[in-house]
Amino acid sequence: MVSSTTPPAPKAPVTNKIGLTLADYKGSPSTLCDGCGHDAITSQIIKAFWELSIEPHQVAKFSGIGCSSKTPAYFLSRAHGFNSVHGRMPSVATGAHMANHKLITLGVSGDGDTASIGLGQFGHLIRRNVPMVYIVENNGVYGLTKGQFSATADIGSTLKDGTVNRQTAIDLCGLAIELGCGYVARSFAGDPKQLVALIKGALAHKGTALLDVISPCVTFNNHDGSTKSYKYAKEMDRPLHELGFIPFYEQITVDYEPGTVQDVQMHDGSHMRLKKIGNDYDPTDRFVADRAIHQSHKDGTLLTGLLYVDESQQNYSSLANLVDVPLASLGQNELRPPKSALDEIMAELT
Amino acid sequence: MDKKLIVNDFSIHVATVNGSGSQSSNAVLLKSIFQMGIPVSGKNLFPSNIMGLPTWFTIRVNKDGYIARKKEVDILVAMNPQTAVDDIKALRPGAVCVSPVELNLDKIRDDVQHYLVPFGELANKASDNVKLKKLLTNIIYVGVVAELLEIDQVEIDAAIARQFEGKTKAIDLNIHAAKIGREWAKENLKKSDPYRVERLNLTQGKIIVEGNKAAAIGCLFAGVSVVTWYPITPSSSLCEELIDYLDRFRTDKETGKKSYAVVQAEDELAAVGMAIGAGWAGSRSMTSTSGPGISLMAEFVGFAYFTEIPVVIFDVQRVGPSTGLPTRTSQADLLSAYLLSHGDTKHVVLLPNSVGECYEMAMEAFDLAERLQTPVFVLSDLDLGMNMWMSDPFIYPEKPFDRGKVLSKEDLERLGGFGRYDDVDGDGMTYRTLPGTEHPKAGYFVRGSGHNKNAAYSERPEDYMYLMDRLLKKFDNAKALIPQIEVDQNNDAKIGIIAFGSTHWAILETRDMLANEKIATSYCRLRALPLTKGVEQFIDAHDRVYIVEQNRDGQMLDILRMEMPHLTAKMKSVRHYNGMPIDAEFVVNGILEQEKNAR
Repeated sequence: MVSSTTPPAPKAPVTNKIGLTLADYKGSPSTLCDGCGHDAITSQIIKAFWELSIEPHQVAKFSGIGCSSKTPAYFLSRAHGFNSVHGRMPSVATGAHMANHKLITLGVSGDGDTASIGLGQFGHLIRRNVPMVYIVENNGVYGLTKGQFSATADIGSTLKDGTVNRQTAIDLCGLAIELGCGYVARSFAGDPKQLVALIKGALAHKGTALLDVISPCVTFNNHDGSTKSYKYAKEMDRPLHELGFIPFYEQITVDYEPGTVQDVQMHDGSHMRLKKIGNDYDPTDRFVADRAIHQSHKDGTLLTGLLYVDESQQNYSSLANLVDVPLASLGQNELRPPKSALDEIMAELT
Repeated sequence: MDKKLIVNDFSIHVATVNGSGSQSSNAVLLKSIFQMGIPVSGKNLFPSNIMGLPTWFTIRVNKDGYIARKKEVDILVAMNPQTAVDDIKALRPGAVCVSPVELNLDKIRDDVQHYLVPFGELANKASDNVKLKKLLTNIIYVGVVAELLEIDQVEIDAAIARQFEGKTKAIDLNIHAAKIGREWAKENLKKSDPYRVERLNLTQGKIIVEGNKAAAIGCLFAGVSVVTWYPITPSSSLCEELIDYLDRFRTDKETGKKSYAVVQAEDELAAVGMAIGAGWAGSRSMTSTSGPGISLMAEFVGFAYFTEIPVVIFDVQRVGPSTGLPTRTSQADLLSAYLLSHGDTKHVVLLPNSVGECYEMAMEAFDLAERLQTPVFVLSDLDLGMNMWMSDPFIYPEKPFDRGKVLSKEDLERLGGFGRYDDVDGDGMTYRTLPGTEHPKAGYFVRGSGHNKNAAYSERPEDYMYLMDRLLKKFDNAKALIPQIEVDQNNDAKIGIIAFGSTHWAILETRDMLANEKIATSYCRLRALPLTKGVEQFIDAHDRVYIVEQNRDGQMLDILRMEMPHLTAKMKSVRHYNGMPIDAEFVVNGILEQEKNAR
């Protein structure tokens, strides 16, 4: 089930069990904004795969479109990667999994990619229980198209131009539980300890594992009044460069005890309240999970941790009763029935 | 009444209500004639509905082997009270009408040969069960028609036995009911029409099959391993038949393990996305759809074109969007399939004309998709896909699979690495690796149009140009690999005909009809896109070339004009687009009308 949340040994070994270094799990340099939460998530993905000694070539990485969907290029460069079309990563991953069910499948998506354009495929991926880790790097905003609301933007939140979001947010964890997802977790990009544990847990899960990671956008989540806001910078900078100007921020990091509430100061000076699930929380009880999520909405807190887990469901490929080897590895001898089969069919048609 | 007999050359038009079970009766009628060695074809004209709406089934019996649609009805079986009046009004004088006596159709037309049958009474004799009575009425008309046309009862019995294979009770019941109809007709009807069948020996060894089933058989022997689809008329039966065949022939008898996966997707976007994912991961993958599905697949297909992922897409074409005429045929997806998606895309499109080619081209499509690493379309249509066609039996493929350029672990060890989009062979076709290949250099990253030779992110103009020009080179090289045109050149002919797909059958008849008018024609049948040099030569060799197709805008004509602008003046067009399968008479009239002006 869920792997241990024990922090890694203080001195990480140079190589893991299969003789690879942490660097062997890295990808191309990130092209995201400095201080972006997504890069912090990337680091924890690298760490989790390395610590679990997963063969990189056995991994297939998938994503849709958006800032988050660029990140699979920034880790596990030895793995095959597939940056697909907007909101449709689940279908590509499903097909690839059916073709080769031995692959360890990891998808990275964003809130726009998953909760808006991709909500349908997200839902059906979960319904099928295709074994894969599905990470949503959730910032409530469209970063790559410069800061429009997504469907996970909280009601009452504002855009930089002051536009107020009047629509309720889609809670992807709540939705995933409703759809029958067997591993539902929420975390925060700046909480490496919790995040790496949840990624490892997700990798150990045999069905679809959803990890909704709150990852604030350093560029488009600013208040009007901030002197480091996009708007302020635009006014202060030379017009030629205004579109290219990206403010620099340090990554936010938190480390706090289970069962406690912690305020985190955001890039724009606002606060995010994180409440960690207590040790007495039973993540195997769907009703408890549902109630906890609704309670956190009421309290205005962000509930993080492993919200729900159910290891009992059969996943899609095992239900399909496939041959043991990947379908992709089958050759003509296995795939083309003998002449007698055609003779039999023809006899039926005369 | 003209006493001259008309033997083995007529059409039977059966009007019923859909959901009434007439489909199996009509199949029995068709097969019994087929079993007598007489060429037949069957066309089902049905509504987009499950029960209660009018449906018609037309059987063409033709000693010369013409199996295109024949517009004129010779024998009407008017079983549907809803449409009976319209049906009989449409008949030409002298035609035959078999109808339930209570419809009083003889009061509407007196220039038609009527056979009034008390179907209700006869059904009462066939069964006491109210539900069965309704079903058996259909087989009773088969008995009546069999008697009138002199179809041997042994063939009716055999066809019923085949139709209800394994269900002894149903077989007995149906044979009994057919005989009730036959006996009644023998005693009570005075045969006074000229139509009858006579045994021939022209169907021996032949099969009768729908194009969708034929394509499914092709996919089975092509070794498809991932099938992803979303139900849509008229393509659904392709995947449904395939699923049955896969279950029979690709499931391990002992372990129950399957060498294939089928996913019924949530929509066509997902269906093609899954097929692309599976093709990327190295399986032979496909989806099947119709026009609306093609529209939904547009974005993904372009993506697969630019990222060079093999996938096979069947498009069983129908009329237009949404509800309305989804159960009518057309060839109107040609342009959208050929150029599907955004940003400089064009695709290989195979154009089967027969059930035999549905079978063969299904296999070719998978080879081409993997060789060219690109989406390959197979464009069938409702007429071909869902109607019953006579054919020679399919031949077991001798050609081994072509899996295209795939590098193994050993290859990578030897080469030390590879550039996913590097044209090392100079043919525009590059090497790929499959996910899971055990080598540190095997991995690469798939991303839209912005990539360089090594699949790395690039927005450099020269990288994009390299990609675009190479894709074009690959497309040009595809011309040698795709199914080639079939030309019947007549050196006396001033005019040529170009057609493709199911239109072919009307053209065969058209050419004979024109020859009777002393008009010689040549014929070029297109079997795939892109167009090849031979098409250009064919047009060039004639004064006028008629492009005959089943869509409003002359889509193949558009493609020809676009790619051979210097020959535009020679191109003429005949377009059929009322939703019904094209017939020879229409083509002949279309050509003669324009020939009048040309001379």
